[in-house]
Amino acid sequence: MAFEGLGEKLQGALKKITGRGKIGEADLKAAMREVRLALLEADVNFMVVKDFVKKVSDRALGAEVQASLTPGQQVIKIVNEELTALMGSSHARLTFSSKPITVYMLCGLQGAGKTTMAAKLAALLKKQQSKRPLLVACDIYRPAAIKQLQVVGEQVGVPVYEHGTQDPVLTAQEAYALAQRNGYDVVILDTAGRLQIDEELMAELERIKASVPPQEILLVVDAMIGQESVNVAKSFNDSLGIDGVILTKLDSDTRGGAALSIKAITGKPIKYAGTGEKLTDIEAFHPERMASRILGMGDMLTLIERAQQNFDEKQAQEMEEKLRKQSFTLEDFLDQFEQIKKMGSMAEMLAMIPGGNKINPEDIDEKEMARMEAIIRSMTPKERRNPDILAASRKRRIAKGSGTSVQQVNQLLKQYDMIKQLMKQFGGKGGRRRLRGLKLPL
Amino acid sequence: MSEENLTPKKKGFFAHIREGLSRTREALSSKVENLISYYKEMDDDFFEDLLDVLVSSDLGMKTAEDIVNRVRTQVRKEKVGDPQKVRQYMRDAIVEALGGIQDYELPRPAIITMVGVNGTGKTTTAGKLAAKYKAEGRQVILAAADTFRAAAAEQLTVWAERAGAPVIRHQEGSDPAAVVFDALASFKARGADLLIADTAGRLHNKKNLMNELEKIGRVISREAPDVSQEVFLVVDATTGQNALNQARVFSEVAHVTGIVLTKLDSTAKGGIAIAIASELGVPVRFVGLGEGIEDLMPFDPVGFAQGIL
Repeated sequence: MAFEGLGEKLQGALKKITGRGKIGEADLKAAMREVRLALLEADVNFMVVKDFVKKVSDRALGAEVQASLTPGQQVIKIVNEELTALMGSSHARLTFSSKPITVYMLCGLQGAGKTTMAAKLAALLKKQQSKRPLLVACDIYRPAAIKQLQVVGEQVGVPVYEHGTQDPVLTAQEAYALAQRNGYDVVILDTAGRLQIDEELMAELERIKASVPPQEILLVVDAMIGQESVNVAKSFNDSLGIDGVILTKLDSDTRGGAALSIKAITGKPIKYAGTGEKLTDIEAFHPERMASRILGMGDMLTLIERAQQNFDEKQAQEMEEKLRKQSFTLEDFLDQFEQIKKMGSMAEMLAMIPGGNKINPEDIDEKEMARMEAIIRSMTPKERRNPDILAASRKRRIAKGSGTSVQQVNQLLKQYDMIKQLMKQFGGKGGRRRLRGLKLPL
Repeated sequence: MSEENLTPKKKGFFAHIREGLSRTREALSSKVENLISYYKEMDDDFFEDLLDVLVSSDLGMKTAEDIVNRVRTQVRKEKVGDPQKVRQYMRDAIVEALGGIQDYELPRPAIITMVGVNGTGKTTTAGKLAAKYKAEGRQVILAAADTFRAAAAEQLTVWAERAGAPVIRHQEGSDPAAVVFDALASFKARGADLLIADTAGRLHNKKNLMNELEKIGRVISREAPDVSQEVFLVVDATTGQNALNQARVFSEVAHVTGIVLTKLDSTAKGGIAIAIASELGVPVRFVGLGEGIEDLMPFDPVGFAQGIL
């Protein structure tokens, strides 16, 4: 996946100072050079890298090393925190207009993948949100762009409005009127690719924006973009005021530092990612997972093992915090089960799961654990990551596959929700105090 | 497209690239200028900042360090105290990293295959190349071997009409190697001297798609063993370090013979081309500077280096 490279590099860089007694200025400088290199090679914009490295260095030098951490771990912690802060913390959803018609306007450089993404987005909204989208061909410049939209529109079963190569402002207005008449509730404008320095074409986008007020203007960016990402994002944001970003071609082997840069420069969230050539290859973008993955923090098992080896309340809080920041999916739930199985005693282990002390150990027997595990294992990875999509038919399939009943599937989901709720509570104010009483080595 | 785009304007490479790169030059050259006026002497900090300037142009750390080291060595050797001279040294080092000055002449007859990841401008470049060589008096045939992307063949057909070259196309979803096979038959039958095959964009880490490209290469080698084969990797100038991976894998699978650097009229520096040429030894052949049919220029490393600095 896209970000593995960066994670490996950073880990490599930080390994050098992991486990050393004391961290001196020279050590830190050497480590920061590695961090800088890794980020630059990952195409994070060099100004963003500069800021980042400075922030981390300042904090690392000034900060007191906590008793339970080695200086190296302390630096990793700071790097992780700053990286997470930079990427943002949770998945930003698309918003819908309170009026009947929601307009999304896709814009970006040539070749970013706007036309394909327009169709993917339409298909997603149609399927997941039961919307009635209308695709609109506003790219009047690229030869056969209209035809391309028509073809992909047909493939996903979404109608396409086009009016040849007339002024795209008029085409957008006509499409909006058509949507009103025919009950379409989402209008997706596929605009022409343009350079952010092309004033004439940028003005055209502004006119489209003024004529059909879009709910969201989405900048489509190729995940393989280099240092230029910052100029592009900044220019489009300055002249149009973008609401979000869609990264395309994330299934390439790019390290994708642009994701960091764009977020840092515009503050606008990355909402979706294109992850393949099929028109169903679109995924919600989860920045916190990305940030974690950059440092390899997704590997909870290692964290847990390490935590066990050095049980310590301070570290426990550390780890708990990391866990709390992650969005807790059923996959993680499953990981925890496996961990528990390895370690034996239920009561002991329950105390280690965030919020676990709220569950009475007697309520869970080993058999039930096995059942729950079977249920999760009968889900597709997609379902594990996003249980919200579990409709009745999916639940029936899962029950069948795991040799359980739909009621038992529902029960598991309820328990999962409960844990998630608890984690959310801990995340809020006062959570820290409540946590202090907990012995959490996680 | 307006009519005006169809009439080639007479303009030299230098003027053209200067115009296209004006933004780039502004950005980069003002940075270098600031450096030069800020530093009284060329100490380590100066070279460190110079490195940043190059890195910010997508040259990548390795190539940027190579160039800075070359400049540093020269400065030390010749005991230069004047930072003004650095500009010329940097240009020289960039030209050298690009493989020096080469006179490139496309063999006659020849077959060009356009390859690259999605959205870099393969179809557009194929059209522009067709127009260029047609204008130079070659008999050109286009092959629409991108049978995957919706309306790609239509897009190429529009360009073919502009260039006045015939295009061989099949239905969407058909085997691209079969398109190339038919185009080769037509190429031989008509005694044409240039065939340009446009292929579908593909990510280099997709094994199956890369195999498909290999097959196209096999068909060409088998059907036209005596004709010179050029494989142009089309690289978007806004691409970052990933383009190195692209060049590496496409070279392995498709034996890339040259780079076409597109969208250089943006503010992107296209420094990645220097990294590719320097690390992999693949020469840059053409640059794309706009959407008009005449906006494709033969690559001139000296002009490029001057345009950049």
